Amino acid sequence: MSPVSTANSRVVYDALKASGIRLMSALPETWLVHLIRMAEDDPDMVLVRLAKEEEGVGISAGAHLAGMRSAMLMQNHGFLASINPIVSGAQLYRIPLLMLISHRGEFGERDPWQTEGGGVTEDLLHTLWIPFGLLDDPQHVAHRIAKAQTLAYSSNKPVALLLCRDLMWED
Amino acid sequence: MLRLDALKSIYSRLENRVVVTIMGAVAAELQSIGHRSNFFYLQHAMGLASSMGLGIALARPDSQVVVFDGDGSVLMNLGGLTTLARYRPRNLVHVIFDNESLLSVGGFPTATSTGSDLAAIAAAAGIPRTATVRTLDAFTKSFDEALGAGDLTTMVAKVEAVGPSGYVTDLSLLENRFQFQRYLASTREAKVDK
Repeated sequence: MSPVSTANSRVVYDALKASGIRLMSALPETWLVHLIRMAEDDPDMVLVRLAKEEEGVGISAGAHLAGMRSAMLMQNHGFLASINPIVSGAQLYRIPLLMLISHRGEFGERDPWQTEGGGVTEDLLHTLWIPFGLLDDPQHVAHRIAKAQTLAYSSNKPVALLLCRDLMWED
Repeated sequence: MLRLDALKSIYSRLENRVVVTIMGAVAAELQSIGHRSNFFYLQHAMGLASSMGLGIALARPDSQVVVFDGDGSVLMNLGGLTTLARYRPRNLVHVIFDNESLLSVGGFPTATSTGSDLAAIAAAAGIPRTATVRTLDAFTKSFDEALGAGDLTTMVAKVEAVGPSGYVTDLSLLENRFQFQRYLASTREAKVDK
């Protein structure tokens, strides 16, 4: 059985639904498995499985201009892969892009191959002037997602929430 | 075939459709024929015009979306063809103007100049309708068939590697973006009113 928290994935999923998200793009990674399955099982959610994360920036931009709220689910290495379209698409065109990024490589990371991305993720978000918050406790998930969404729409800019080990992993 | 002539030949069909183009010559030439509020020009984020088209097509199944792409852009997002095929939006027509070069940055040849076949790649990715056209008559015929087919089409139009003298127009990027969003909102309201 995967140690990824089903209960906390549900808290995140329900908060995304409550903030009006109707389309999610995703590229699977271990921490996101439950969230992706929840989207798959939800007849009111359009789930777009990507070949590479940067496609998700284009899909979300299109969905936004067409009036549908969306979120991107990706690992921090997927965020790294998406930086050009975030800058030359979502920021250039002022798209309120909600990104949920699994924060691999934090304290407690056991996979050696995930360790490099953890160290640069927050610095890159700062460098790109992307407002972000941590999701590390189920108690604050719902209001942080709602507030992130509010800022994304009032500023017409990308925002990020980092899905942290303490929330996503049970060990 | 000149891309400008191809665009002129089907311009009247674009009146009530949602149009997304890539940057460079395609955007400048379509604007030179006449900008409309239902046209969006993705002036950067290369490769993602078809992904934007997919997002619009999924969000608005009531609309018909036309994406004008290019060989250089598609080659940057070949995985996107597999995503398009996977979700198969039946309200999307994907046109790739293939001039076998990166025209707006000096005309350097792309891999389509050495044999890579984008229509074959699209077909192998699972796009149900694909075509390659080389003449204006074949282009207009194939485009009209795609509009009427009710299924996802990727058509490659082989065009000459010539374009306008410049690429900057007097339409600001954000003006275009908000105008386009309002157009989409207005058509949604019109549908709801009925």
